[in-house]
Amino acid sequence: MQLLRAAPALTLLILLGPVAAGLMGTLAPAFGVLPALGGTTPGLAPLRTLLAWPGLTEAVGLSISTGIAATILSLGVVTLFTAGWYGTRPMRWLTRLLAPLLAIPHAAAAFGLAFLVAPSGWLARVFSPWATGWDRPPDLLIVQDPLGLTMIAGLVVKEIPFLMLMTLAALPQAHPEKRLTIARALGHGRVSGWLKAVFPAVYTQIRLPVYAVLAYSLTVVDVAIILGPNTPPPLAVQVVRWMSDPDLSMRFPASAGAMLQLVLVLGALGLWRLGEHMIARLARPWAEAGPQHLPMRGAGLALAALGAGTVLAGLGVLGLWSVAGFWPFPDALPRSTEMAGWVRHGAALGTAAWETLRIATAATGAALGMALACLEAEHRFGLTPGTRSLWVLYLPLLIPQVAFLPGLQTLALITGAPEGGMVVLGHLVFVLPYVFLTLAAPWRAWDTRHATVAAALGAGPWRVFWTVRLPMLASPVLTAGAVGLAVSVGQYLPTLLIGGGRIQTLTTEAVALASGGDRRVIGVTALAQTALAVGGFALALAIPRLMWRNRRGLRGGR
Amino acid sequence: MNGLHLDNIAITAGGVPLVALSAHIPPGETLTVMGPSGVGKSTLLAGVMGTLPAGFALGGRLRLNGRELTGLPPEDRRLGILFQDELLFPHLSVGGNLAFALPARLRGRARRARIEDALDRIGLSGFATRDPATLSGGQKARVALMRMLLADPQALLLDEPFSRLDTALRARIRALVFGLAADRGLPVLLVTHDGEDVPPGGRVVQLGG
Amino acid sequence: MRLTFLIAALFALPLRADPDPTDWTAVLEDARGQTVYWHAWGGATATNDFIRWVAQQVDDRFGVRLTHVKLADTADAVSRVIAEKNAGKTDGGAVDLIWINGANFAAMKENGLLYGPWAEDLPNRRYVDITDRATTHDFTVPTEGYESPWAKAQVVFYHDTARLPAPPVSMPALLNWARQTPGRFTYPQPPDFLGTTFLKQALYELTPDPAALQSAAGENYDTATAPLWAFLDDLTPHLWRQGRAYPQTGPRQLQLMADGEIDLAISFSPGEASTAIASGQLPDTVRTFVLERGTIGNASFVAIPFNASAKAGAMVVADFLLSPMAQAHAQDPVVLGYGTVLALDKLPAPDRARFTALELGIATLPPEALGPTLPEPHPSWTTRIEQDWARRFGG
Repeated sequence: MQLLRAAPALTLLILLGPVAAGLMGTLAPAFGVLPALGGTTPGLAPLRTLLAWPGLTEAVGLSISTGIAATILSLGVVTLFTAGWYGTRPMRWLTRLLAPLLAIPHAAAAFGLAFLVAPSGWLARVFSPWATGWDRPPDLLIVQDPLGLTMIAGLVVKEIPFLMLMTLAALPQAHPEKRLTIARALGHGRVSGWLKAVFPAVYTQIRLPVYAVLAYSLTVVDVAIILGPNTPPPLAVQVVRWMSDPDLSMRFPASAGAMLQLVLVLGALGLWRLGEHMIARLARPWAEAGPQHLPMRGAGLALAALGAGTVLAGLGVLGLWSVAGFWPFPDALPRSTEMAGWVRHGAALGTAAWETLRIATAATGAALGMALACLEAEHRFGLTPGTRSLWVLYLPLLIPQVAFLPGLQTLALITGAPEGGMVVLGHLVFVLPYVFLTLAAPWRAWDTRHATVAAALGAGPWRVFWTVRLPMLASPVLTAGAVGLAVSVGQYLPTLLIGGGRIQTLTTEAVALASGGDRRVIGVTALAQTALAVGGFALALAIPRLMWRNRRGLRGGR
Repeated sequence: MNGLHLDNIAITAGGVPLVALSAHIPPGETLTVMGPSGVGKSTLLAGVMGTLPAGFALGGRLRLNGRELTGLPPEDRRLGILFQDELLFPHLSVGGNLAFALPARLRGRARRARIEDALDRIGLSGFATRDPATLSGGQKARVALMRMLLADPQALLLDEPFSRLDTALRARIRALVFGLAADRGLPVLLVTHDGEDVPPGGRVVQLGG
Repeated sequence: MRLTFLIAALFALPLRADPDPTDWTAVLEDARGQTVYWHAWGGATATNDFIRWVAQQVDDRFGVRLTHVKLADTADAVSRVIAEKNAGKTDGGAVDLIWINGANFAAMKENGLLYGPWAEDLPNRRYVDITDRATTHDFTVPTEGYESPWAKAQVVFYHDTARLPAPPVSMPALLNWARQTPGRFTYPQPPDFLGTTFLKQALYELTPDPAALQSAAGENYDTATAPLWAFLDDLTPHLWRQGRAYPQTGPRQLQLMADGEIDLAISFSPGEASTAIASGQLPDTVRTFVLERGTIGNASFVAIPFNASAKAGAMVVADFLLSPMAQAHAQDPVVLGYGTVLALDKLPAPDRARFTALELGIATLPPEALGPTLPEPHPSWTTRIEQDWARRFGG
């Protein structure tokens, strides 16, 4: 009991060190302090170098425009689709597809999209030369376009499944059936009824995940390098470029850039909140304007299907590449197939997969334990300042990893703890915020009168926790676990830098192998990474469905 | 002194007084607390139950059949509670919901027999394995009531328990609840905004405006 | 009194002495049983296989266990060493050996992140062609025993004969061809090292006084680079995507070649085209060529960080990489196709025969056809043209 009361403080204590170290490791060089490279006196020189970079304005503009556009679009598609198709067969189909859609790594999905839409890509190949007359790829700027449209598309198709998953976990607490029935009884159309009566309740629960999508889209590097403009790139990419510049003095402006990135994300989040208020105000007259029909049901389905179809088609062509022999333009299929890629890399990836799973299980287990303990403490002992201050834990998501990690790495080195444990802690720093933001809202939205009823029936707090609350919230808990697992599986830099190369996971192998750009290798590694993460999501989606197949009250959107 | 004693109960939120009440409810009698929404009726019940949210404080003393309740955790107070919603646990079957209220020492065949018997008494024989979400409103209300009684409470707290039911059903369930409370000699604390819920001859306390 | 004693005791602790490469027997003894973590780029299947072969060999011969830490970027290993120095970890470091060259070497050496000198005392050093500046100077920075060469590279271009039978062999010819065939040429975006190499290659050919590139860029910078910018101003509108986008890396440039988007590409490995044909990445109509006035050549090195855990083992690996056996294996186009850093005339006859017996790949030029090698310019040129390029073309 005492331990539980201290849970928020303990969580903060365990993670404050790494987070503070990461922040300091970014902040100090941003002001010129990095003793290993001779920086000992604080100053504004790094900031000046950053401001003198001619591409700064454009890079900042790109970061903001692509980040906000990607967030609005993905939230819009998910909302429109859920509104139009809740409880119908298309919704069930999409739900079944969610696991693979979520499991495919962002970079792999970006590669897949690039290969689909590039002038030499698969779509062009299918229609060439018979329909287009192209026997050579046309010189069209589709991928890496200056406005970042392809990059936005790449982000949207991956964020739709994430927000969909969050929505599914939130729905049971929003009682959509009741609300929708009332709205429709009042003469509302399906979509407008949903937007007015159900969406507000869902949005309060998925607000944090939406913020995470915004922060992610603003700081993303791999997708931006593959699909985004590069003359100049978005700010986060430039930070990575400076960070890996052989000229080590560039690490100072890189850190200054990372701090600017943090400010940028905070600004965008502020802007988003402002938008929330404005929309809430503007929408009230609309909500009160009486029954309406919005003819947007078809659009919701079309967009959601397009998004899902793009990712799956991308995964499909990557699978094809993984066994392709020579495959020139404009052939729609490879001229020959071979298993060489799988034979060459399969075994190494298989061995690394176990290490990956061990680390991911440890980090996710710890994160779930901490998140549950904090939330339960908040429930039992009231909203202590402890839980409120946990927002600090979200900081690692707001800064480009490459700038955040050196400090974390230095801390790991100073403590001298074994690499395995430190890698798990390093993963935890990035896994916990995701687990927390996935779990917190559904957990808090739970009707606590259930706890009162159970207590009146003689159940103590632990019995209530284990036999009532946890089972009722199994779906969000498992979802949070799956998200955590996928986040951990995807960590490249923390594993490499903190592990010092001693810890080799599927992802460190895959990212290094894929850096050679051979589509066969990219295909093999992408499928291997997807396979590893898909299990978690599939279980998170299937277990509640199996457990509650006879419990209509717990089935949300399914 | 038997019954439920509320001695100078005063609930404050951040030091600001919210509700105050002093009353004695003898066994088998009902005290109805009335008042418009938002006056703190539910907070009063939470105070008696021991589930006040953080920031709220309860002054005064609570005694049940001579037992001091103040300071006891809710699960040790032996109070039954019914809300406006039935709040059946959606992850358990109808039988599972009832079993939740039974003491752990009752096991195996005896436990199952007890559940079947309870279902019999509310006219739901054979419903043990059913999903509570598939029951009608009246059936749910009866299961919730039976679940409360199986825990063998010494007093009942009712938070507008009839307001969701339609008129025909409402009278039946109301009669059932008060009949059972009277049979067992349980003191009942009812909060409602609807005068029709007050049992014949019951005392009424008006809260707020 | 007590404190002095304690401090004295601390200093008296047997700090593990660094291995002395002049006493090679001791180094071998020290190295036996050590695990060496070699941080090296992992993006090329051929290099990965070669390193796996090296690991097998040094285990069999010297009892050294070699682990390849595959990197997506050499900078990641540099980051690790910097973090270790920041944390005051002066021994027991995670990186034992780094595949390095050019600016990364200069920066690590300058910041005291490297161990040495050791490389000039390796037993196999006696076979190295030290008359070739590329083996003793890394981008004009003297290696001074802080890194040991293991492979030579030279800029080549490759083209698809099916689409471009007669490739341009000078920069003016390239411009001319690009004007006639717009959108079929590009280069990796500087500061990618291959993209920067293209700029340096063009600078060599266009600047009035190429010899000036060997010393630091000073006041002569503007005059020396003016023809380069004029050339790029002319060329850029005719590049792939009109120069509004560039491939980010060499491998992505190769992919564009494979997709038929471009007809001509730059490479730093004379054997790359053959390897790519063999793996089904490029059509077998691709051939390699060089520019008529010579192309830039350099060497790849291995270096040991100042705090490496297994310095002796790392030296043994570096020395093995210089052995005629390993060098001949690396030069085999089926394996890597990298040029040797050894002087063949210094080798005993049987070892020399290993090299003459090699068969070149279908698209690989024989060494004599690679033409003159131009040395890397002084790093100051690289830094400044990268910055200027970014300002003019890179946004």
